[in-house]
Amino acid sequence: MSETEQPQPAANTPAPAAKPAGKPALSHGKRQQLRRKFLRTVLLTGGVLGAALSGFLPIVYARQQRLRPPGALDEQDFLASCIKCGQCVQVCPVEAIKLADLVDGFGVGVPHIDAREQACDFSCDAVQCILACPTGSLTYQKPPFFPPRAGAPLAAKPILLAKQNDPESTLNLTERMGVARLTRPELCLAIKGKGFKGQARGAGFTGKLRYTEVDRWKPIAVADHPYDVAECDLCVRACPIKGAISIETVYAPDGSQRNSPVVREPCVGCGVCEMICPTEAASIEIVPREVWRT
Amino acid sequence: MSAILRKRFFEQILVMFGREPKKPAQISEAAKQIHLLKRASNKEKLKHAEAHMSASHKWRHRRWTVLVLVNLLFVVSYAFDIQILEGALTASRFIGFHLIDLNSALQVMLAHKHIITNLLIGTGTVLVLWMLFGGRSFCSWVCPYHLLAEWAEKVHLWLVKRKLVVDQNISRWTRTAFWLIFALLAFATGFTVYESISPTGIVSRALIYGPGLALLWVLALLVFEVFFVRRAWCRYACPIGLTYGVVGIFTPLRIKYTLDGCFHEGNCRKVCLVPHVLDTVIKGRAVETEVPIGPDCTRCGLCVDVCPTGSLTFDVKGLSRLL
Repeated sequence: MSETEQPQPAANTPAPAAKPAGKPALSHGKRQQLRRKFLRTVLLTGGVLGAALSGFLPIVYARQQRLRPPGALDEQDFLASCIKCGQCVQVCPVEAIKLADLVDGFGVGVPHIDAREQACDFSCDAVQCILACPTGSLTYQKPPFFPPRAGAPLAAKPILLAKQNDPESTLNLTERMGVARLTRPELCLAIKGKGFKGQARGAGFTGKLRYTEVDRWKPIAVADHPYDVAECDLCVRACPIKGAISIETVYAPDGSQRNSPVVREPCVGCGVCEMICPTEAASIEIVPREVWRT
Repeated sequence: MSAILRKRFFEQILVMFGREPKKPAQISEAAKQIHLLKRASNKEKLKHAEAHMSASHKWRHRRWTVLVLVNLLFVVSYAFDIQILEGALTASRFIGFHLIDLNSALQVMLAHKHIITNLLIGTGTVLVLWMLFGGRSFCSWVCPYHLLAEWAEKVHLWLVKRKLVVDQNISRWTRTAFWLIFALLAFATGFTVYESISPTGIVSRALIYGPGLALLWVLALLVFEVFFVRRAWCRYACPIGLTYGVVGIFTPLRIKYTLDGCFHEGNCRKVCLVPHVLDTVIKGRAVETEVPIGPDCTRCGLCVDVCPTGSLTFDVKGLSRLL
């Protein structure tokens, strides 16, 4: 990649001490010119490679894992196979999928979901992002040589509540994106036994959700759909998957009894509960890539 | 193809990978005859020809129009949900047909080591497309970074003219080295390393999905090109260009050089992104009376626009014989 054309024996030393016999000697000026060209070449190579490899940093530091769109391969395979075209972004009716920026290193241009801002509510009815993916980064069924992690596969195809009366009521999804966890039980209104009245996330919240009773086909802004419930169960009401979450009576270690949201095995990790949760911060959150533990 | 032209054909492939063009060892009799007669030609005739040429930017206008329209089609397809050309330049769907950038596909295949049918179909479609339309014409007719770099080049040349900066060249082997390094990195690390710095992908996504911090990298490249090295990225670094260059080896669409009328004044080499492909226009270098330009040519048509004698033209191999 350096001066192979020039009559000099070694590519890495622009001005070697010994010159092969028979070749004309280079003038001082010419040699200096070549040395500078060589240095520039090294500089450009180093600069570009340095920039390219800096993409490792965010991965080495392994910051918080991103929630990936439905059907994503395991993280390493996902990053390897994603061609960063954003076709999954384009088909999503609620624009839940975002492309990562430079801070994600090799993940730049790779899709992820910020569930608190806009969760995947399966308004598309058919996980269209998987259909759109040209490289198989998002896939209905993993090929056999990518064995699923234990607990990642769903016991059965999830039933989408919005189409539970249709002939085909399930989503074509075999693995979960993550699992919902009650990460801040001390904030949870259901546990406190409190009700909720008003807009779940305030007037300024732009997230959308499909309310089947309002419009089966068109998601509307969460802010346009205020709630008034005696005991908060918004996560259960909003959940698009049948049997994934319910409010149950649980017993604390001291024997006292209270209500609490309980996540069940059908949970696919879509993040709707995290988005709708009216407490600040959310009491319930998705743990991305989490598997079902019994 | 004559033996002389065949030799040049293979030499031009080496030139694309980084070798400097050499004086030809053998020149056809017909070309020699013209070279000999040219000794009589003079500057008066050149001045006359230049005075009479219509200074047009015909091909540049056409090219910029195509480039802007293609990228605009990506943008409006998403912005207004008209679904004609969905995706970005790395991979897309044109009314449902998969199109996948060859270099991006290569990176994914090497990193992921598993190829699904859609990826193969899209890659094949694009391969056929650019085999028909001239390989590196992708660079000058579609790549959005090319247009930005073209404007940066104008600023750079303006600064050079005023002696505010000095043009500094780099070894062209660097691009081949980068191509190999990025292919190896993808294979070894399992990450599509090149994609994270590809200005083509970054600019394309920024246009379609909105700007991000990644544009700072593109800006840094442009600043480097304005103040230090003319067209540094496209000339010395971009592996996409080399991938499409290889496709261009097999394409019928190219620029054709006709020795007869040429004044060898070199206007074409001054505007060219890849002047090493135009070594044939140097006085005494053309090996035949008509010489096709090599695969590293981006078919941008700037040389066609500036040529005072019409010695450089767009040509489709075999088409003139058919017509």
